Amino acid sequence: MTAPILDIAVSHRLGGFTLDAALQSQSRVTALFGPSGAGKSSLVNVIGGLIRPDAGHVRIEGETLVDVEAGRFVRPHRRRIGYIFQEARLFPHLTVRQNLLFGHWFVPRAVRRPAELDKVLDLLGIGHLLRRRPGALSGGEKQRVAIGRALLAQPRLLLMDEPLASLDEARKAEILPYLERLRDEAGIPIVYVSHAMAEVARLANTVALVEAGRIVACGPTADILSRIDLAGRPGAPEASTLLPAEVLGFDEPFGLARLATPAGELLVGRGSLVAGQGLRVRIMASDVMLSLATPTGTSALNALPGTVAEIGERTGAGGSAVHLRVACGRQMLAVRLTAKSVSSLGLDLGTPVHAIIKGVSIETPDRPPGGNAQPASRCP
Amino acid sequence: MTDWLTPEEWSAVRLSLLVATMATLASLPIGLAVALLLARGRFWGKTLLDALVHLPLILPPVVTGYLLLIGFGRRGPIGQLLHDGFGITLSFRWTGAALACAVMGFPLMVRAMRLSIEAVDRRLEAAAGTLGANTAWVFLVVTLPLCLPGIVAGMVLCFAKAMGEFGATITFVSNIPGETQTLPSAIYTLTQVPGGESGAMRLTLISIAISVAALILSEALARLVGRRIATT
Repeated sequence: MTAPILDIAVSHRLGGFTLDAALQSQSRVTALFGPSGAGKSSLVNVIGGLIRPDAGHVRIEGETLVDVEAGRFVRPHRRRIGYIFQEARLFPHLTVRQNLLFGHWFVPRAVRRPAELDKVLDLLGIGHLLRRRPGALSGGEKQRVAIGRALLAQPRLLLMDEPLASLDEARKAEILPYLERLRDEAGIPIVYVSHAMAEVARLANTVALVEAGRIVACGPTADILSRIDLAGRPGAPEASTLLPAEVLGFDEPFGLARLATPAGELLVGRGSLVAGQGLRVRIMASDVMLSLATPTGTSALNALPGTVAEIGERTGAGGSAVHLRVACGRQMLAVRLTAKSVSSLGLDLGTPVHAIIKGVSIETPDRPPGGNAQPASRCP
Repeated sequence: MTDWLTPEEWSAVRLSLLVATMATLASLPIGLAVALLLARGRFWGKTLLDALVHLPLILPPVVTGYLLLIGFGRRGPIGQLLHDGFGITLSFRWTGAALACAVMGFPLMVRAMRLSIEAVDRRLEAAAGTLGANTAWVFLVVTLPLCLPGIVAGMVLCFAKAMGEFGATITFVSNIPGETQTLPSAIYTLTQVPGGESGAMRLTLISIAISVAALILSEALARLVGRRIATT
């Protein structure tokens, strides 16, 4: 087996805060997810070389960048790790073109390729901005230029520290498709820091959950999202189910699309979907109701038969909520109910139920990762 | 062109421009280094260095001039070393006037530069580092251009101070026409002799003109640089 893309085990004290994190990932996009102040940015700064850890190691694709015990520390400017900050940090005294090419001049001769400026301009849609200065750009444009600048420095890894956090919803929607193209076309592994689950669900193959300086869980995105033992933790994502889906056909008169998923068939608004297309859909645990009888006379379109497979601890204020997992077809569906409902329905392991799904969100047109169908990852 | 100024007056104008220019240019590298040290450095004795740099600003200029005379005069320890070792004489020479002006203008130069260096966003420097630039390159292509307005302002302040310096200069290098008699010294001399009023007035007008020109030039430069780095 080849060396993992990312292999980190570090500990570091920052005032009263202790970072003590270990992570290995083989994914193209590894997300560090957690609440503010959990240590996500510190971890990324350790990878980028802006923080020198007290102990541990950082390895990227087998190359050791930091090994405190062996006295090795590669300076940030020699790491060739692209860093995209929350604020774009463009150089105000340079034009967009000069900003973009800034890192290119510092790529070591031995590995320098001709700058693929046109390709990057096209990928990010920033060709028309070349002569401007950063002061004359919108927030979204700045962030796209910052991404281009990092790409043109020929990085072997991209770090993105909440790249969308300082933007409004419209700007986020503007940039997300570019990030997806970047993931699918640039072929550079990405470490993506966010506290927004929607971004993570849409972009990441692997999620590492960061809490109080530690990595408390790490695995394929769909697994982490549906883990009901995590759902009650502060700062953890709300439980949801991420399903691969394929467009089977359309219900023309009502503008709906029929999707095949491992959990069964689902109906969703057809939007711009085309027949045969692969995509990812997400069902929030709180958007699912359970019924003991076959549901009739409801407005919900989607109801899937299944059996209760797991019942979690009571969580939420006063222990009012319970997370469950329901086996529907070949898929586990995360469900969030009140403790009262669980009790009054008499739900127990193996109880046959019908899951009534109130909402399905389409996360992303899914393209299979090149040659590497099952992203491997583990947390020691 | 020289008929409206006497040769002595002309030589005072030329000498002042020479002394102020030399004082500014010679202070520039040292001033920048000290400003960087004060803005970024963390070392023992930083407060002491800060106080030392600011001393000429708060001491009476005559005291500064006298201290220079003690230190850099023919018999002074540094003056003797320079004279015997390098053949450089400062006392009663225009070079000594330039030194006195440089010392007096130095705190103003360092202050302006230090403020502008402190205003540079360190996060931009970190970003440049992640793009592959080492410390020296980061300073040259990010830090230096961003604090250019402050460097220009510091130079103009130092130049203006040097043009007007009187107390320290006259104490250190006296008031020798053609060698150390700068504009202020010449004006002072003219006001002390009968019939010197018209000459003093002419030199005063020239002094005002040079100061205003320096101010306008610095404003124009600052605007030029400022437009280039319009803040984000």
